[in-house]
Amino acid sequence: MDELLREYLPVLLFLAVAIGLGLVLILAAIVLAVRNPDPEKVSAYECGFNAFDDARMKFDVRFYLVAILFIIFDLEIAFLFPWAVAFGDMSMAGFWSMMVFLAVLTIGFAYEWKKGALEWE
Amino acid sequence: MVEFFTTTGLGITLLTVGQILLLVVPLLVALAFLMYADRKIWAAVQMRRGPNIVGAFGLLQSFADFLKYILKEVVFPAGADRAVFLLAPMVSLVMALIAWAVIPFDDGWVLADLNVAVLYVMAISSLEVYGVIMGGWASNSKYPFLGSLRSAAQMISYEVSLGLIVIGIVISTGSLNFGAIVAAQDGNLGLLNWYWLPHFPMLILFFISALAETNRPPFDLPEAESELVAGYQVEYSSTPFLLFMIGELVAVVLMCALVALLFFGGWLSPIPGLPDGIWWMSIKILLVFFVFSMVKAITPRYRYDQLMRIGWKVFLPLSLGWVVLVSFAAKFELFGGAYARWMVGG
Repeated sequence: MDELLREYLPVLLFLAVAIGLGLVLILAAIVLAVRNPDPEKVSAYECGFNAFDDARMKFDVRFYLVAILFIIFDLEIAFLFPWAVAFGDMSMAGFWSMMVFLAVLTIGFAYEWKKGALEWE
Repeated sequence: MVEFFTTTGLGITLLTVGQILLLVVPLLVALAFLMYADRKIWAAVQMRRGPNIVGAFGLLQSFADFLKYILKEVVFPAGADRAVFLLAPMVSLVMALIAWAVIPFDDGWVLADLNVAVLYVMAISSLEVYGVIMGGWASNSKYPFLGSLRSAAQMISYEVSLGLIVIGIVISTGSLNFGAIVAAQDGNLGLLNWYWLPHFPMLILFFISALAETNRPPFDLPEAESELVAGYQVEYSSTPFLLFMIGELVAVVLMCALVALLFFGGWLSPIPGLPDGIWWMSIKILLVFFVFSMVKAITPRYRYDQLMRIGWKVFLPLSLGWVVLVSFAAKFELFGGAYARWMVGG
């Protein structure tokens, strides 16, 4: 356990240093720069006229589709990583079960493709 | 004195912070000059001069820009969520920086020698998408919102093919540690031993995916000036904007380092007999960055539907097919067992 913590300590410290760097830069601008806001300056950018309504509006469902597809394929990659590391001393059963898994996934992918989930016109 | 730094908790912490600064400071200084180089190359391709006023040949341009950023007013748009608005560039910068914790520059010159280094880099680069989404949402303006959606969809699409390409390399190496991956490319043939040769199609795919993943031209759809002004960064000014820009450039250089480590043997010398070392790693990163710059200068921008089509319908099937091909070749010793490097002591 101690060994493990020791291994990840640099990552934790690096996180702290990076956050510190970001904070220093942001604070530097807030402290040093003149701030002089007026309604025109802080209004949301919208090609020269006032914003009609809140910008957090409905958006295209295809972005959801992409996100869902991403989750599926990223999970697949997460499965593949340990399999690839252990590849050298793996039995034939291990090899073929991953191939079956990939085949099932490919069938699903072909179905999505056929259904037009990947179309952007 | 030495004992203090290797045995006590405080000593180890201080030593590690020192090492981190030893990495971050040269990285950021190098970044300033890479930014300058990027602009100079772009200018040269377009027969312009580029920055040439500040310092000799304009070499100090990035530092002048930096000072200017700090002295600019931080504008919070009306209706913006202030906390998230400032958090977004922080996430962008922090995630881009901490991925460097596992990148080795020479044999053993690495901050955290994790045995899951590749997985760590993939995980951290997935988190970078949060900076983009938060920036677009917090601005409460239509252009950043649409830009961040596009950007996020683009980044996660190409994340998938990047991951699959790396799997192919991992199968050839049997390890997720960058040191082991570079060691597996060592041999008496110099640059012919490196993975760019057996994994050549994937090198091209990886490079193009890296362009898309870091929102570099020709895939800079989120900042397509003619349609979305500057994507998720529209409402940002001063150092919050600077953080986004540094984050983006750090991510680009990280991708260059990954190409160098995974395909071009990291710190190994291309010619057998010459000493290996950090200079080879630096030269390789610079060469890959040069190609990044050239691509930016000479290619026209893609359309969004073309971008998504390439990502899902071309790169994903190709990289998945390559994983299957490599695993068959390695398992059944096809092509003279070239893909099963762990057997020859990798």
